Amino acid sequence: MRKFIVLMCAILIAVVAFGSQVEIFSWWTGGGEEAGLLALIKLFNQLYPGVQVINATVAGGAGTNAKAVLKTRMLGGNPPDSFQVHAGMELSDTYVIPGKMEPITGYLKEWGIFDKFPEDIMKICTYNGEVYSIPVNVHRGNVVFYNTAIAKEIGMKTPPKTWKEFFELLEKAKKAGYVAISLGDTGKWTATHLFESIMLSQFGPYKYNMLWTGDQSFNHVALTESFEIMKKITPYFNKDHAAGDWQDASRLIFEKKAFCNVMGDWAEGYFKEMGWTPGVEFGWFAVPETDVAFMIVSDTFGLPKGAPNKENALRWLKLVGSVEGQDLFNPLKGSIPARVDADKSKYDVYLQWAMADFGVKALSPSIAHGSAAPESFATMLNDILNRFVSDLNVNQAVKSVLEAAEEEGYIVK
Amino acid sequence: MRGKTRNVGIYVILLIFAFFFLLPVYMLLATSFKPLVEIGMGTMWLLPKQPSLEGFTDSIQRLSPNLWNSFLLVIPATIFSCLLGSINGYIFSKIRFPGINLLFLFVLFGMFIPYQSILFPLIQFLQKTQLYGTIWGLIITHVIYGLPITSLIFRNYYMEVPDEMLEAAGIDGAGLFKSYFLILFPLSIPGFVVAVIWQFTNIWNEFLFAVTITSDPKKQPITVALVNLAGSQMIQWNLQMAGAIVAAIPTLLVYIFLGKYFIRGLMSGSVKG
Amino acid sequence: MYRKKKWLGFLIISPTLAVIGIFVYGFIGATVRASLSDWNSFKKLLSGEFVYTGLRNYERLFADWRFQTDMWNTLFFTVFFLFGCLLIGLILASLLDRPLKGGRVFQSIFLFPMALSLVVTGTVWRWFFAPGILPNDPAGINVLLGQIGLKSLQWNWFTVTDTIGPFNLALIPVIIAAVWQLSGYTMAMYLAGLRAIPESMTEAARVDGANAWQTFWKVKWPFLRPITLSAMIILGHISLKIFDLVYSMTGSGPKNVTDMPSIYMFEKTFRSNRYAEGSAIAVIMLLMVAVVIIPYLISTLKKSD
Repeated sequence: MRKFIVLMCAILIAVVAFGSQVEIFSWWTGGGEEAGLLALIKLFNQLYPGVQVINATVAGGAGTNAKAVLKTRMLGGNPPDSFQVHAGMELSDTYVIPGKMEPITGYLKEWGIFDKFPEDIMKICTYNGEVYSIPVNVHRGNVVFYNTAIAKEIGMKTPPKTWKEFFELLEKAKKAGYVAISLGDTGKWTATHLFESIMLSQFGPYKYNMLWTGDQSFNHVALTESFEIMKKITPYFNKDHAAGDWQDASRLIFEKKAFCNVMGDWAEGYFKEMGWTPGVEFGWFAVPETDVAFMIVSDTFGLPKGAPNKENALRWLKLVGSVEGQDLFNPLKGSIPARVDADKSKYDVYLQWAMADFGVKALSPSIAHGSAAPESFATMLNDILNRFVSDLNVNQAVKSVLEAAEEEGYIVK
Repeated sequence: MRGKTRNVGIYVILLIFAFFFLLPVYMLLATSFKPLVEIGMGTMWLLPKQPSLEGFTDSIQRLSPNLWNSFLLVIPATIFSCLLGSINGYIFSKIRFPGINLLFLFVLFGMFIPYQSILFPLIQFLQKTQLYGTIWGLIITHVIYGLPITSLIFRNYYMEVPDEMLEAAGIDGAGLFKSYFLILFPLSIPGFVVAVIWQFTNIWNEFLFAVTITSDPKKQPITVALVNLAGSQMIQWNLQMAGAIVAAIPTLLVYIFLGKYFIRGLMSGSVKG
Repeated sequence: MYRKKKWLGFLIISPTLAVIGIFVYGFIGATVRASLSDWNSFKKLLSGEFVYTGLRNYERLFADWRFQTDMWNTLFFTVFFLFGCLLIGLILASLLDRPLKGGRVFQSIFLFPMALSLVVTGTVWRWFFAPGILPNDPAGINVLLGQIGLKSLQWNWFTVTDTIGPFNLALIPVIIAAVWQLSGYTMAMYLAGLRAIPESMTEAARVDGANAWQTFWKVKWPFLRPITLSAMIILGHISLKIFDLVYSMTGSGPKNVTDMPSIYMFEKTFRSNRYAEGSAIAVIMLLMVAVVIIPYLISTLKKSD
């Protein structure tokens, strides 16, 4: 009799295993990101042994290919069960507004995790009063990484707080024969990544955030000032910046050819991969005059309408929203958890710094990484900066930004 | 004597060309044998200091399932598109009726369209016909968009076959199919070589359709997996380059084994537009 | 008997005609339709509601600075790419058109880039032409040039924004990469053509005292002309819609110096969600191809009648 029950159970499990799956779509195909994702999937399998996880990944170009594939699928009414998307407008403008997503506010409350995330990040994930995605990780965008050996050589004692101090350092680095600040803008977005931090410093987080809610006009001296700073930085770039990507730019720091660069904290993961120890061979500080703010780059998961396995998709969302899920994923990926109650001891010294700031500083959405504005605006800004870095025409650039902003319905008066 | 010095001159020029043709390949090879720490734009000409097979073992391990998918895709797609192209080529070259040239033009133009431009309608079509996400969906797509070029290759090839040969068979009472199978088909090997090389390499290396039509990584062909070897944020170049070499081996083999027939095939007529 | 054959022939090709009708012309129709709509956000596209906006998407494009640059880039890229492939193909074929030890090895070397995927070669060439930080810290080819004493040839390659008229010099390395990839193909075609020339004709020319140059023009070229034309068509349509290679090698480049319509179209459609404008670019690319291809196709078909 007992044998019979065991057999029945086995059959049952087998049936469940065959009948049930969940397709998770992302662009996490390599390095720590992949390790993090696989760890999550493993945990999911332990919790729900009957569910087969389809790990649908498309890599390349910071998610560009993945986004194209996802769009064709969503358009054709063939959504995955859950997919990775940057928090904010990248999701809202593309999928929420056309009515392709399910709100998940109710589930978050039911699972008791709604208030476990900082309010500002939930705001970014919210459209019209409903939350549409769960943030799994957070990267900080407004960080300067630098080579400590060069810093010592040029006499940097404390991190520069103002642009004036920063430019003095850049000048010293240049005089000492180094590339002062490295950039790799083949993919265009890195220039935008730098520029948005400058914008943040000039507008201040309060006004910067209001640009995107329609409470602050783009037509402001801070925009002109931002381009002026960008213009001043440009001569300090490596001359071949158009030939590389962010990794090549970071490589220059690693090879002690460049003093610093402005990059999200995945650059930290790169340095660690190259064998450096945070705080020893490389250091970091917030982009000048943005110390009060935290530029968020966040990956989230949402629930598409018509997901073939909604039950399992919800299980997945619950898992990525949990402390265990986030503390499993983030140390591997080299990002910090979006939850405020995560276990700090699991993260390295750099990430602990980012976590401390994440809890207390103003959170601002990134343009380059899809949170602040629709993708069409980010693409236009990419183009504007791509042109600006070559011709350094401030008036032309300001005019183009205002036109782009007007087209997206932001305030420009 | 004069001929000999001339040959030396020719060899020198050929060697110079070969050097430039192989320079990028050297870089590909050197990078694929380096550990990650040694890879950078400034160091790319150096030989690996500590050669490592890590790039190869990792990439082979990760690419082998997709390698199999690629064969499942490329072999039937190449066979079908070449067979259909051969039959079409026969009709377009040997059967005369009014408007047939216009019809040929109608087919041929399909080879020139930029494929990105028809991507959305294509995917909607495949979704409606339940072919989306399957290898068969991809095979059918490649067969259809391969038809213009294969039809062209075979049409031009068969143009060179004298009509009298077929007419003779016609008088003997051989039907349309019979004259094709008995007379043209056995003559078609060089045409098939050209068409097979063309189709095999194109389909093998194709990325756009592959990435948009198959989303399950277990079904994706090797080009997609190759691009997937790169993380979105950090690229391990040794893995990438080694993977690129692994992915290129089948097409290289096709060229090496069929290469000498390739020029012969082009020679036998398919060169003329 | 003959009539029956014609019907049967038509019947045999009709499936091909049908699928080409749907997959090529039907889909082109859908794209043209989209280019005349206001589907410039996902919301509008998904609503499925068709709002006719006339040629507005096209007007916007032609007023767009980036698109203008793209058109010039395509033009120059195509011209130089064709010229390079034909010239190198012809040189290689002429060199190899004789009994030569190891000739087949050389053939294989020149042919093999065709076997590689453009995505891969794009990355390799990006590395190859990455200039480094001149003059002290060169990278890629600049390192080699420095080592063999050609420092004066070191250059910033595809990162320069210099122009000659509307020609962006940054296109040169991209053209080199493309020529590398496909000149083996022209070599093979020319080689086939040269080998098809009856020995007696070149022999006769030699007996008549013609020098090598005269032999080439008077005897060989007439054979090679149709080959040149068909190679131009094949390569021309590849270059007009080139995407993979440029996208993975240089992207758009600073100030869009290496941007191509296909890249802009990809970004419009898949990044900005401006499906209608992306479709308009696709239609323009299609028209460019058609302008080049159709007259050629018609003339060759007339000749073969």
